[in-house]
Amino acid sequence: MFDLTGKTALITGASGGIGAQIARTLHGAGATVGLSGTRVEPLEALAAELGARAHVLPCNLSDAEAVTALPKQAIEAMGGVDILVNNAGITRDNLFMRMSDDEWSNVIEVNLTAAMRLSRGVLRGMMKARWGRIVNISSVVGATGNPGQGNYAAAKAGLVGMSKSLAYEVASRGITVNAVAPGFITTAMTDKLTEDQKAGILGNVPAGRMGEPEEIAAAVLYLASAEAGYTTGTVLHVNGGLAMI
Amino acid sequence: MSDIADRVKKIVVEHLGVEESKITESASFIDDLGADSLDTVELVMAFEEEFGIEIPDDAAETIQTFGDAVKFISEAS
Repeated sequence: MFDLTGKTALITGASGGIGAQIARTLHGAGATVGLSGTRVEPLEALAAELGARAHVLPCNLSDAEAVTALPKQAIEAMGGVDILVNNAGITRDNLFMRMSDDEWSNVIEVNLTAAMRLSRGVLRGMMKARWGRIVNISSVVGATGNPGQGNYAAAKAGLVGMSKSLAYEVASRGITVNAVAPGFITTAMTDKLTEDQKAGILGNVPAGRMGEPEEIAAAVLYLASAEAGYTTGTVLHVNGGLAMI
Repeated sequence: MSDIADRVKKIVVEHLGVEESKITESASFIDDLGADSLDTVELVMAFEEEFGIEIPDDAAETIQTFGDAVKFISEAS
């Protein structure tokens, strides 16, 4: 099950904790992976770890031209893009009343608009192939909201609306579009939280622990697989029961 | 019939699965040949590849019928 042999996958934010694990998992299932991110060093380290079938494709997702060029570079490197994982995300947290236009627009640009541009860029090949998988990494806060994250939550909720609309349009062509909404996952970002902060968060998680990147990657692997061909326009919440929606 | 028209017709037959006899000069892809809006996008993609041309979105919107397609491609290639 979930064999991706012969498939090509482009993963953004592959230098981060969750993105790197998604890349490892898809690669482990047999896919050729395109590792995208802004920081080249961790991407190259990951490519070296994976060995064959891994391509480093650096891209600054706040640069519209670079984003438009990325699908072409990925197709050149891998021969196509069968699976797109829009995982990259940034935070610029601030109280809503203090939020600057830049804090708002930077987060929307990278977390939402880049996902739109990349999806648009890979669709032509997927339409021709009559097969494609787009997986957008949303967040539990896109559904629940979170104080200080008006911009981030808006972008993450936006990904869900975008996924569903696109899912409608391309379902008849064998292309599925879904979202995965992680809850609190062990990453460099959550490592920075104090013990007290962690305890406060975990008090609301029925599972009583943080999630692991592997548990997000497993959800992505399912949605990227041939077996998930009838699953489209859905949001798979992976949050230990934090929000049962 | 011109070579371009033949090639366009072949693409339309393949993509929309319609009888060749139904593809007249004035046949509308959507109204007469059963295409949906996504089919028309795919047809334009196929024309671009077959003829090695680029059809901008605003031009693509004007290509409603088989005759429109042949005319546009004849002028562009």
